[in-house]
Amino acid sequence: MQKSLHLDPAKCTGCLQCEMACSYEKLGEFNPSRSVIKVFTFHEEGRFAPYTCTQCDEAWCLRACPVDAITMDLSSGAKVVIDDKCVGCKVCTISCPFGTINYVQETGKVAKCDLCGGDPECAKACPTDAITYIDANATGYDRMKAFAEKSLPSANTTS
Amino acid sequence: MSWTRKILRVNLTTGSIATEPLNMEWANAYLGQRGLATKYLVEETDPNVDALSPENIFIMATGPLTGTMASTGGRYSVITKSPLTGAIACSNSGGFIGNEFKNAGLDMIIFEGKSPTPVYLYIENDIVELKPADDLWGKSAWEADAMIHAKHQDPNLKIAVVGRPAEAGCLYASVMNDLHRAAGRSGVGTVMASKNLKAVAVRGTKGVKGLDNPAEFFKTVSDGKKVLADNAVTGEGLPAYGTQVLMNVINGVGGLPARNMRDVGFEGAENISAEAMHEPRASDGKPNLTTNGACFGCTIACGRISTVDKTHFSVKDKPQYHGASGGLEYEAAWSLGADTGIDDIDALTYVNFICNEDGLDPITFGCTVAAAMELFEDGKISLEETGGIELRFGSAEALVASVEAVVAGTEFGKILGMGSKRMCEKYDAPELSMTVKGQEFPAYDPRGIQGIGLAYATSNRGACHLRGYTIASEILGIPVKTEQADSDGKPELVKAFQDATALVDSAGLCIFTTFAWGMEDIAPQIDAACEGDWSVDKCLEAGERIWNMERQYNNAAGFTADDDTLPKRLLKEAIKSGPTEGQVSKLGEMLPIYYEVRGWTPQGVPTPDTLSRLGLS
Ligand code: SF4
Ligand code: SF4
Repeated sequence: MQKSLHLDPAKCTGCLQCEMACSYEKLGEFNPSRSVIKVFTFHEEGRFAPYTCTQCDEAWCLRACPVDAITMDLSSGAKVVIDDKCVGCKVCTISCPFGTINYVQETGKVAKCDLCGGDPECAKACPTDAITYIDANATGYDRMKAFAEKSLPSANTTS
Repeated sequence: MSWTRKILRVNLTTGSIATEPLNMEWANAYLGQRGLATKYLVEETDPNVDALSPENIFIMATGPLTGTMASTGGRYSVITKSPLTGAIACSNSGGFIGNEFKNAGLDMIIFEGKSPTPVYLYIENDIVELKPADDLWGKSAWEADAMIHAKHQDPNLKIAVVGRPAEAGCLYASVMNDLHRAAGRSGVGTVMASKNLKAVAVRGTKGVKGLDNPAEFFKTVSDGKKVLADNAVTGEGLPAYGTQVLMNVINGVGGLPARNMRDVGFEGAENISAEAMHEPRASDGKPNLTTNGACFGCTIACGRISTVDKTHFSVKDKPQYHGASGGLEYEAAWSLGADTGIDDIDALTYVNFICNEDGLDPITFGCTVAAAMELFEDGKISLEETGGIELRFGSAEALVASVEAVVAGTEFGKILGMGSKRMCEKYDAPELSMTVKGQEFPAYDPRGIQGIGLAYATSNRGACHLRGYTIASEILGIPVKTEQADSDGKPELVKAFQDATALVDSAGLCIFTTFAWGMEDIAPQIDAACEGDWSVDKCLEAGERIWNMERQYNNAAGFTADDDTLPKRLLKEAIKSGPTEGQVSKLGEMLPIYYEVRGWTPQGVPTPDTLSRLGLS
């Protein structure tokens, strides 16, 4: 079964445990500025939203890379940057419609979410289940269920 | 190690900026943040300095767990001498800036002297510059925050900043960070402004690394998070209701003071409670509470994000306050509400926004307004002196006008800006100031709840609930239930809470974790992150050492046992009604025992034995 990251902004508290987990997994240090999952705060609205790569099937970044530095991890479906091949040309960052692949000054390469080899650390670190790693075919089911519940005949009308 | 081992020293008089290694011998004895920065303060300044003179120093400090994945590990503190109390000041704040300091490679920043002109400190990793702040001076904390973000075109800058009351010398100005988090108490913002330092803006991308034992760290940290998640207070109560979960509870047990502590029990408590914040309002069908939010790394997420009813008189013509922002926490809801007799939740939320926007401690501000209301009702302040504000208990209009007066710096605003002690002395009614060592009380009545009275009286920074939160035990039964009306056993309880809290504050963690965590949960996390052996015993001893060091500072600054007291009202005027009717504070019984338990003389001075046991001689 292929799995996907499922992001639910309504549950997010903006704690950044996910960003710390991500940076520790990738760099061995707590460095939210280098996390490839990002949590945005919408202050006036009082909302927080985690966001990262959705691992497009036909990935723009993968197609755009002139040196084939982005490949697919066949077990997880993640599009993965091969650091040794990346020349830092940034074409992928232009092609990605979502902005989830970005250049990193410190390394001269790009970085994106690779699903941690199929065991994403952010999902494990999130205390509110705003990030979960679930069946890729079912990421809409929780919302579907919420609407299904609304469609239930109420106790009054059935009695 | 989980210290970066680096300190930034900024001399504002000369403009010199230097880094120096952290004193690791001290770190090993005082851990970090509150304890360690106080050690620097004690070593580097005379306790008798005028708090607002260039000779006072101003320290922003992180703890070893700040910037790590330990839950709530994002805190920082401001340590200096308080202009409100003349005692040690240490104000702790969450939000996100603590991590940013750590990620810029800094354990703490020590500011000395006074800049000849307004400046702000800009830090981007190793780039550290004092920049002119003439254009920021005279601006609110929020406006200055926006201007600095715009100047540097960096939305990720984290900013600590003071507002206009701090500049004007209001004695309880806070240092705001991340818009609605505050190093709130004891006037630390006033000290910052007295140095002509408007703001500190920091961006850190170096990474926090070098855990002493990573495998052990992740294990202890996950265990800790599980304890928080499984606990009813930290796992359910605080995320859903915030600290405001206490309003109805404390009122119900006869512990909620009202109307400048003239009464205990507030008939309007329900209207300003957590439950009320969840109620949809008539005008737009939305509740006051928009969502809960977390500070950096916090898996509790007690923070309130709220809106004011757009049709409310306070914001009707002010669209800039129609968005969501930091909402009411319990202490602010009490001081702005119950203590003033006001049960209008929109007025309280608006005034709380203003306290955040311009950097005011809402506890001291609310209590000062409450004292002014009593002065007014007793005929001791005239309508002319208030600038036309009808300062009656229960008047939301008066509260709103008062906060606007303090921000605008009107004649009466300046009087309110003195705090209740100086204000009540000015009007010849010192007995109406509800303070210890010049600092106003938080939201628990020492007559109805005995231990907290002793904690207030002996708190090193003046009246404060965060120096020894015995409410946990006396009301909530954490870690064990003690009777709120009993004075027996309270000296021991107060000491235990004070020492443990000093250590938690020094680690970089939030005190709210201790609703669920004991030292046996906390020490292993510190031990795994830091070099050295941080056993439970060592942590508790360090806590006690920190407490005694603060006490010595205060004693040297001229405080004596006579200052470990409560206002006459709380010692003599019995509670008039409700479940705690007839009670007064039994401080007189508890205090001598407390001194003994602490290993202090009957005059409240640590004995030579105590000092040598703690390595303080
Ligand atoms: S860990 Fe979860 S709750 Fe915290 S910021 Fe990330 S997504 Fe939001
Ligand atoms: S418990 Fe509340 S105050 Fe403490 S760190 Fe978490 S959100 Fe911040």
